[in-house]
Amino acid sequence: MKELICIVCPKGCHLKVDENDNYSVTGNDCPRGAEYGKKELTAPTRMITSTVKVRGGLYSRCPVKTAAPIPKGLIFEAMKLLDNVELQAPVRVGDVVVEDICGTGIAFIAARNL
Amino acid sequence: MSNYDKHYEVVVVGGGPAGLAAAYSACQNGAKKVLIIERDREVGGILNQCVHNGFGLHYFKEELTGPEYAGRFADMVKGTCADILVDTMVLEITPDKIVKCASQQHGYLAIKADAVVLCMGCRERTRGAIEIPGDRSAGVLTAGTAQRYVNMEGYMPGKKVVILGSGDIGLIMARRMTLEGAKVLAVVELSPYSNGLNRNIVQCLNDYDIPLYLSHTITNIVGKTRVEKVVISEVDGFTPIPGTEIEFECDTVLLSVGLIPENEISIRAGVTIDPRTRGAVVYENMQTSMEGVFASGNVVHVHDLVDFVTGESIRAGAAAAEFALGKRIGGRVIDVVTKPGVNYTVPQKIRPDNIEKSVDIFFRTNKVRGNSIIRVTSDGAKVAEFKREHMAPGEMEKITIPKVLLDRCGDSIEIVVEDA
Amino acid sequence: MYDVLIIGCGIVGSAVAYELSKYQLSVGILEKYNDVANGATKANSAILHAGYDPHPGTDMARLNTLGIKLAKEICEKLDVERRECPSFVLAFSEEEMKTVQTLYERGIANGVNVRILNGDEVREIEPEISKEVVGALYSEDSAIVDPWGYAIAMAEVAVTNGVVLHRENKVRAIKKVGDIFRVSTNRDVYEARYIINAAGANAPQINAMVGDTTLQPRNLSGQYYVLDKAEGKRVNSVIFCCPNKDGKGVLVSPTVHGNMIVGPDAFEVFDSETVATDAVTLPALKPKAHRSVPGINFREIIHEYAGVRPNTQFDEFYIKELETCPHFIALAGIKSPGLSAAPAIALDAIKLLKKAGLNMTKKVNYVDSRRVVRFRKMNDEQRRALIARNPLYGRIICRCESVTEGEIVDAINRPIVPFSVDAIKRRCNTGMGRCQGGFCGPRVHEILARELGMSPIDIMMDENKTFILTGRTKEDKKK
Repeated sequence: MKELICIVCPKGCHLKVDENDNYSVTGNDCPRGAEYGKKELTAPTRMITSTVKVRGGLYSRCPVKTAAPIPKGLIFEAMKLLDNVELQAPVRVGDVVVEDICGTGIAFIAARNL
Repeated sequence: MSNYDKHYEVVVVGGGPAGLAAAYSACQNGAKKVLIIERDREVGGILNQCVHNGFGLHYFKEELTGPEYAGRFADMVKGTCADILVDTMVLEITPDKIVKCASQQHGYLAIKADAVVLCMGCRERTRGAIEIPGDRSAGVLTAGTAQRYVNMEGYMPGKKVVILGSGDIGLIMARRMTLEGAKVLAVVELSPYSNGLNRNIVQCLNDYDIPLYLSHTITNIVGKTRVEKVVISEVDGFTPIPGTEIEFECDTVLLSVGLIPENEISIRAGVTIDPRTRGAVVYENMQTSMEGVFASGNVVHVHDLVDFVTGESIRAGAAAAEFALGKRIGGRVIDVVTKPGVNYTVPQKIRPDNIEKSVDIFFRTNKVRGNSIIRVTSDGAKVAEFKREHMAPGEMEKITIPKVLLDRCGDSIEIVVEDA
Repeated sequence: MYDVLIIGCGIVGSAVAYELSKYQLSVGILEKYNDVANGATKANSAILHAGYDPHPGTDMARLNTLGIKLAKEICEKLDVERRECPSFVLAFSEEEMKTVQTLYERGIANGVNVRILNGDEVREIEPEISKEVVGALYSEDSAIVDPWGYAIAMAEVAVTNGVVLHRENKVRAIKKVGDIFRVSTNRDVYEARYIINAAGANAPQINAMVGDTTLQPRNLSGQYYVLDKAEGKRVNSVIFCCPNKDGKGVLVSPTVHGNMIVGPDAFEVFDSETVATDAVTLPALKPKAHRSVPGINFREIIHEYAGVRPNTQFDEFYIKELETCPHFIALAGIKSPGLSAAPAIALDAIKLLKKAGLNMTKKVNYVDSRRVVRFRKMNDEQRRALIARNPLYGRIICRCESVTEGEIVDAINRPIVPFSVDAIKRRCNTGMGRCQGGFCGPRVHEILARELGMSPIDIMMDENKTFILTGRTKEDKKK
């Protein structure tokens, strides 16, 4: 049995998820909570936002984000990929910064024009 | 000779999310000469350093990062008639709406405005404001300042961090510092609950096993030069309880202890300030106590979501354009009175003649609440009631009152929050 | 080899250096911090006292009253912010009126313009003063000053006139070999024929290095609140209570920067470098200040600070050529009213040097002026002209205090180069306002690094080792 706080809405239901019972969820006030509880235990994902070095811009760092949520377990590996990137201004929103994060097929993309 | 250098119909002070939306809206509503004056080197305001995502769900119906949200609005404004002066600081607004500003590129300027929209945003409360005792060590800074160093300049302000305050900026910076290789030892919160979104508690603290100490505060900072140690204590209300001290060896303290609207220019111009919000007292169309001077965004009251800043600013910009084009609003005024459970309201004053269908009233409640009822009364009679399953001080509440109901009200309406 | 070596560059060291720079002498200053005015000078009440406090006939009385007259001239010549500001000593009872009477008599004997007012007269001048006040001593001879700006100005002019300032030199030992002093610091050894000990709270230890162990440090820490400019005009005078054994009691005063200060409470500390505030002493100031000025809005607090007052077992300053060590002049135990007395103390030091045999001839040409651009004090036309002359004055860096990039660059180009963000703050007021540098800090930091050609990582907040940044993102983790 795992306990977690639901983040689907501001109410913050305290969910209990039973791994041994097909991830059945209790403590949720709505069906979205059950869905969240199951996903969070079976395949949690996160959007990662960070920055990379950039030359010739107004600032020396350019914000980036994952184009889609990536598996939670890959967060630190994904972060390492950014250490060796250096962009050259001009950068446009959506420019691909890292093509494929750890085999997920998901890219890091630039999150501003610079 | 005129006593000003330029004339605009609408001058917007500040080019953050509020200013961009206000200027955009002023142009959409018929103003032909609109100017944004921005002190930083680019528009976008604080969003430019908020590289995390979660912005725009209400307005753009998708999740954007701060710079993306700012970028979209900057692009929208580019397509309008609005002029933008960047790297230009407004120093004073006179009662006859001459906006005085200074700029390296443009020199000292006096700009005559028919209408002004105040969009200066807010600043962070500091160590000094909350009186944290101890040494005057380096390494104590606000979360926002740290955010600027990390996200825009690319510098790390520390390696071992204690964060005071669990508002969203504090939580976001806990994750950001962790991702950049720092160790966040604790987030310390004076209240018995966090003021941040649950999502941020989960994804910024729990994901990285960062402990949250509720009902605790920092009672000493030790370090002759740089911070070496921080002592936290449990509190009973606001008073530290002796014997509950916990020490953390760390080199950095980040403060996320509240935001204060930046109204020094407004106050000097003569705008009436509400001591509860520390922002201007505003009417339903975001006009302040000065005719033709409007305000929107965090300079009026600190918002939880930028989307609501945008919405409010679109109304303010539209009203400023209408004023500049000659529209005047009269009629009776209803005062909005706060009763227990309601910390403040925006607007504070409503002119029913200026309401088409309904008016939105924003407010914050005073504590975390379960099932609650928001009651609106006037002269002791019920006007409206609203049910909520959950309320918290960290979240802005909104109620919508139809014009037909307002028309029946007396000279004031009272708003109270009660447990259901 | 210096003719005169000054130890310490606070208000007293600066004043002595400034006076000595008018003579044909080689003069050096050893300062332990990376900037001048970094000890007691930067954390005190910032008041030039009228002079009714010290006992008539004492050196303290003479130096106080002369010092504030000299301060007026010096501040005008060197463009230091100073404002005449009347002072009250409030009495809440007939018993305290006796103290007021005593102070009045002292004031008269010291040649100070003093009056005794009844409660109504007090409130006519200063309506914010409590209705409980039955009367007060009143003087228009007092003033408020920018204390660190005052010291920095005198030190800068001294350096302009040839005095050599050695910063980050903490004195470790002094040996006298024949007629020559050999002063060892953490960095070097300096030689001099005469020594001036102006080491503030550390002066007793410096005296002890040459065998004078008379002084027992009784350093008192005083803690203060600074309130926002929103409270800066609540009172237009310095408001004291009747003095007690701990000092002048809690005072309420405007500052030359437009804020209000409230403080200090005094208690003895054993570490002369203590600048910590504590959660017991500070809040206790609030009811005491409210007793004098009930309307103070403590929600407007923006900053707290503490300073050490270099007190000793003596009531008097300890100003003399040491009997045990000729040519060594102690300017020690300079507690309140040390800021007021400083330029007069410097003149005494010159007399003592002459008496000790130092030949002193005035320079024919020396610089005795200094001008500082202060954007925030200018009117529209002056600002317009200033920015037209140099556009850097058009870029506002500190929004709370309206400080421009031009002023910051000016400060960096003056004779004592500031190396830290706080050194810029002391020279330009950046970060002194309500946001406490939250917005302007990183920008001042960037300008300093650019102008000095240093990495931002090497720019300190204040003293050595008060580093602001620990590294770069995306670059340092691999190490």
